[in-house]
Amino acid sequence: MALRPVSAAEIESLAIGAWILGTGGGGSPYLALLNMRKLYREGVSVSLLDPMDLPDDARVAVVSNMGAPLVGQERLTDPRTIALAVQMMEEYRGCRFDAVMSLEIGGGNSLQPFMAAAVLGLPVVDADCMGRAFPEAQMTSFAIHDLTMYPLTLADVRDNAVVVARAASWKWMERLSRKACVEVGSIASTCKAPRTGKEVKECGILYSTSKAIRLGQTVQSARRLHRDAVQAVIEAEGGQLMFRGKIRDVARRTTEGFLRGTAKLDGLDDFRGAAFELAFQNEFAVGWLDGQPRVMTPDLICVLDSVSGDAIGTETLRYGQRVSVIALPAPPILLTPKGLEHVGPRAFGYDLEFRSVFS
Amino acid sequence: MKRRIGIDVGGTNTDAVYLEDTRVVHAVKTPTTSDVTSGVTEALRRLLLAGTPVAVDAVMIGTTHFTNAVVQRRDLTRVAAIRIGLPSGASLEPFIDWPEDLAALVRGEVFMLEGGHEFDGRPIVPLDTAGVRAAARRIRDAGLTAVGVASVFSPLNAACELEAASILREECPDAAVTTSHQLGRIGLLERENATLLNDALVGLARTTTRAFTQALPASRVDAPLNLTPSHGLVMLLSVAAAFLSKLTDALVIDVGGTTTDIGSLRHGFPREANNVVEIGGVRTLFRMPDLLSIGLGGGSLVARSALSVGPRSVGYRLVEEGLVFGGSELTATDIAVAAGLVDLGDQRRVASLPAELVTGAITRIHAMVAEGVDRMKTDAGDEPLIAVGGGCFLVPDRINGISEVIHVEHQAVANAVGAAIAQVSGEIDRIFQDLSRDEAIARARQLAEAQAASAGADPRTLTTVEVEDLPLAYLPGNSLRVRVRVVGEIA
Repeated sequence: MALRPVSAAEIESLAIGAWILGTGGGGSPYLALLNMRKLYREGVSVSLLDPMDLPDDARVAVVSNMGAPLVGQERLTDPRTIALAVQMMEEYRGCRFDAVMSLEIGGGNSLQPFMAAAVLGLPVVDADCMGRAFPEAQMTSFAIHDLTMYPLTLADVRDNAVVVARAASWKWMERLSRKACVEVGSIASTCKAPRTGKEVKECGILYSTSKAIRLGQTVQSARRLHRDAVQAVIEAEGGQLMFRGKIRDVARRTTEGFLRGTAKLDGLDDFRGAAFELAFQNEFAVGWLDGQPRVMTPDLICVLDSVSGDAIGTETLRYGQRVSVIALPAPPILLTPKGLEHVGPRAFGYDLEFRSVFS
Repeated sequence: MKRRIGIDVGGTNTDAVYLEDTRVVHAVKTPTTSDVTSGVTEALRRLLLAGTPVAVDAVMIGTTHFTNAVVQRRDLTRVAAIRIGLPSGASLEPFIDWPEDLAALVRGEVFMLEGGHEFDGRPIVPLDTAGVRAAARRIRDAGLTAVGVASVFSPLNAACELEAASILREECPDAAVTTSHQLGRIGLLERENATLLNDALVGLARTTTRAFTQALPASRVDAPLNLTPSHGLVMLLSVAAAFLSKLTDALVIDVGGTTTDIGSLRHGFPREANNVVEIGGVRTLFRMPDLLSIGLGGGSLVARSALSVGPRSVGYRLVEEGLVFGGSELTATDIAVAAGLVDLGDQRRVASLPAELVTGAITRIHAMVAEGVDRMKTDAGDEPLIAVGGGCFLVPDRINGISEVIHVEHQAVANAVGAAIAQVSGEIDRIFQDLSRDEAIARARQLAEAQAASAGADPRTLTTVEVEDLPLAYLPGNSLRVRVRVVGEIA
């Protein structure tokens, strides 16, 4: 298997790129980044594995942190807890893993496999199963491909361990694991249903880790050269500028545990006189330009600080921010009819026929 | 009528003002001295000479001393850190993201102990009181004089921090103890950083207060002394607010030598930035105003050909290098003199500038100001604009979306005015469950008011300046995070 060591500088870039791919959700990677910096200072190095080099029978652990980002700001994430979730799965299944991969490349979960890999001495597969961030467990390429969703292990910082041995559906898996997560303080480390090398190659979203690293490098180099970071991202990733303006109003509410809301923007520069409205459910879901649907999930809707190019999350949107809304292409699997059932606008309650801005 | 003296000890100048309510009666400016005290004494002496009464209601000293100490890595106290929250957060110990040079000066003993709370108030695990006692003894034996205590979710439940503080008082009564819940917000590392920085300044605060206390009787001034750390534009914005007691929503523009800062006042207080604020390289949750900086100032270089203005600037060398001052660089100030907007230096030296260059550059400058102002505006309606700073003559009288441009009197000593009218605030940041939005906000407001009052605010003067409610994803029971900030005058 061809392994490529990931440098400390690439980890920094990954954190920036993953926050952009978070499309407003997924939680900030800052605390996971601090952990990785510390591990690298201590001499640890993590390698990235080309998914196409995985043998068909290789065993891959899919990891993610679960819970409320705000709780994460107090109960700081720890590499040993995510490693523990992987070890629990090894113990439950009675076999060792060959590699770790991310459930979700968008936001803080992009770094969780690196933290686990650093502790366990395993490589990280250059792939995930969302290509961005999404709020629910069934919104993955593995679910779109109807792979099994169990078992799941959930680790707490105390000596609590939960295994969800079976679940009748992805929805049931979400309900059962969410309940356990709330009980241990609304933050937990999880190892999802293990995957074979074949499953990852056929059903994963490949090379999303290196994509996030590249995206971060684009922003960093634009900043160094005092170039427009937003424009640089659009050019490098084949994106499109949807709107540039300032936030006039933000309204939020929670229903069924999800943060839903809208943000209204007034145009600046070329968009002077125009208005934009963004709807979000943890992540940005739909954008309307002057009342007409302009961009919708699963196309990636990213809100960036117009000056720095830093991503802005749905929890940190605020009145008066000067932002650029950009669209980045979604992984093709999400655009199939089956994919759209899981992650299209109707999956988020918007009665809209999906139209990609890139078609 | 409230009679107050405000003093601002800056890096270059010590400014002092005498205020009757918000009216500036006398203002003086003296050089800052290395011992600080003699500069303050001199400023007070000149203020009295100008006719300020000896008996005033309060003397308020604002100083960038504290921020500067952190930035310049001097006069810092070594600090012990007690983190309560194990088994959570074990990998990220206190001082984790500090610049190495600063941590080397401040980091004393570090203890990580079991305890802390969940978001819903349940304990994570019971507090390790024996561990706190052992830590306290070690701190005493190590001779450390300042201790910072931070516990997980202490803004929601401060019990662990309070118990630790009481054990510390028993075991090392001479040490200064700061608990993180006094500093408010959710975000353990940032709150802990602010706590540790606060502790690192304990020694400096003692000597500074002593120096100021000695300066008062030396100048015969008789009044209680209040010390507030100041931060450039924060002060300026609240000054502007005071001058506009009726107009509480406005934009403020500060035109300096090289850059122009534009801020926004909401309900009389600066609108805050969302970004995490770094002090000397340390992430904190200190509040900073949301600012837009553009590369335009009195010293901005004007290109004769392409009619571009800034961002390159002669800066503080304007008085040597600007055309009207006998230099050879064409600056925004020279253009303003040529256009008759201000009378500075030798007007004859710009008399021969081509008229189209002057009008072209003025048009460009005004467009830059208008563009920046528009970017900071968040309401469609017209708002007043308060202009301050040495280069404020570059601000046009009429701007789209601006109802009027107001030039502030005594702007040169604005920071001293800011110190004089400094207010005390109280802030609450909590998660409320199963309360209606209105009930949760009312509860948070009560708590914030109590906090402001215990920090020394006059309860009768308290006003709410900020309310933010944020429903939380992935938390049960209709969880709402509410942040409320109230301010009032010093009692």
